[in-house]
Amino acid sequence: MVAHDVIELVPQARVDMRRRRSSSPCADLFDVLDAVRDPEIPVLSIWDLGILQDVRRDADAVVVTITPTYSGCPAMQQIESDIIDALHQAGETQVLVERQLAPAWSSDWMDADARRRLREYGIAPLYDLRCPQCGSDEVERVSEFGSTACKALYRCLACREPFDQFKRI
Amino acid sequence: MSDIGLYARRLGDDALILGQRLCEWCSNAPVLEEDLALANTALDYLGRARLLLSYAGSFDGKSEDELAYLRGEREFENLLLMELPNGDFAFSMARQYLLDVYEGGFFAALAQSSDEQLAAIAGKAAKEVAYHLRRSAEWLRRLGLGTDESNARTQAALDELWGYTAELFEMDALEERLAAAGVAVDRRALEADWRAQVTRAITEAGLQVPETAWSVRGGREGVHTEYLGHLLSELQYLQRAHPGLSW
Repeated sequence: MVAHDVIELVPQARVDMRRRRSSSPCADLFDVLDAVRDPEIPVLSIWDLGILQDVRRDADAVVVTITPTYSGCPAMQQIESDIIDALHQAGETQVLVERQLAPAWSSDWMDADARRRLREYGIAPLYDLRCPQCGSDEVERVSEFGSTACKALYRCLACREPFDQFKRI
Repeated sequence: MSDIGLYARRLGDDALILGQRLCEWCSNAPVLEEDLALANTALDYLGRARLLLSYAGSFDGKSEDELAYLRGEREFENLLLMELPNGDFAFSMARQYLLDVYEGGFFAALAQSSDEQLAAIAGKAAKEVAYHLRRSAEWLRRLGLGTDESNARTQAALDELWGYTAELFEMDALEERLAAAGVAVDRRALEADWRAQVTRAITEAGLQVPETAWSVRGGREGVHTEYLGHLLSELQYLQRAHPGLSW
């Protein structure tokens, strides 16, 4: 058996996000926003999910640009108010959250580490459909739609446990 | 209001009205998984409606809520298919399938619009339509190839829906102008692909493509079926009774 190095292919949009963050004069504010989690999936931050696009200063205000995941995702409103709260607590008094629609959000913007944490949390990430409980790849889809817009419902045929998949779009 | 604003508003109406219809399934679907699926689909439509109506309102200083809650029935320009009552599960899924195929073509084309905001909204919608279609196509097949009862109900649904599909591919002066400017989708150009894809799926599901002689239209002119007024009375009741009420 030959061991292969797995080369992680990263979408261009994600590369751009990382570059914006690493060269940002507001790197400290990016760090503050790492504390803002998805209210439904607390193991992932808005940076992990590819929702957080940019943070910049405009005169006295901090302007945060985010990309909504699903058009109707009710968590987006919660996330916006959590962003404002987090920056207020860090001493910023004026915070604006801007929504950017293009390029449309993709689940592929999640990094390998985020996908691993998702699996440990019990949600099968994207195309890695092994059962998060027992690891079997004998699974079947129960429904295209799970408990939230971003998830589909699966069942493991080995251990019979149901589980969520974080959908790929 | 500008042409683009009016166009965004009618697309927003399509999404709002079908979204509201699908919400009626909540707690009434045949099984829990389908209840979740219908509610999730409804949520996608409502999200799309908010994006489109907010954009429409930006042209003349109106909020998405004013557009959703404070217009009368003749001021809505959604396609008639969106407002038809849900009927049974077969009817709702057959409608969803016919619309999902249509929307797949429509939003792929609108994503190329010269209007950046419409193109961005369409780019998001196209991704959502893709999984809506996976599900509705699967249901068309399951219902068509299921029992005699499910086949008969799905056939009856298609027969009833068919006369409302002509309107999907008709243009009026506003959309003609915007299509010429590269903003709007030329819906006539979507018809051949739609017909081919839908015909194949209906046939493979053991169903017949209806040979309906009648067709109705009027949604884009604000002329609706009797059902829209009832839907709006439920949708708008709270804001009409208590203007400006908020959570």
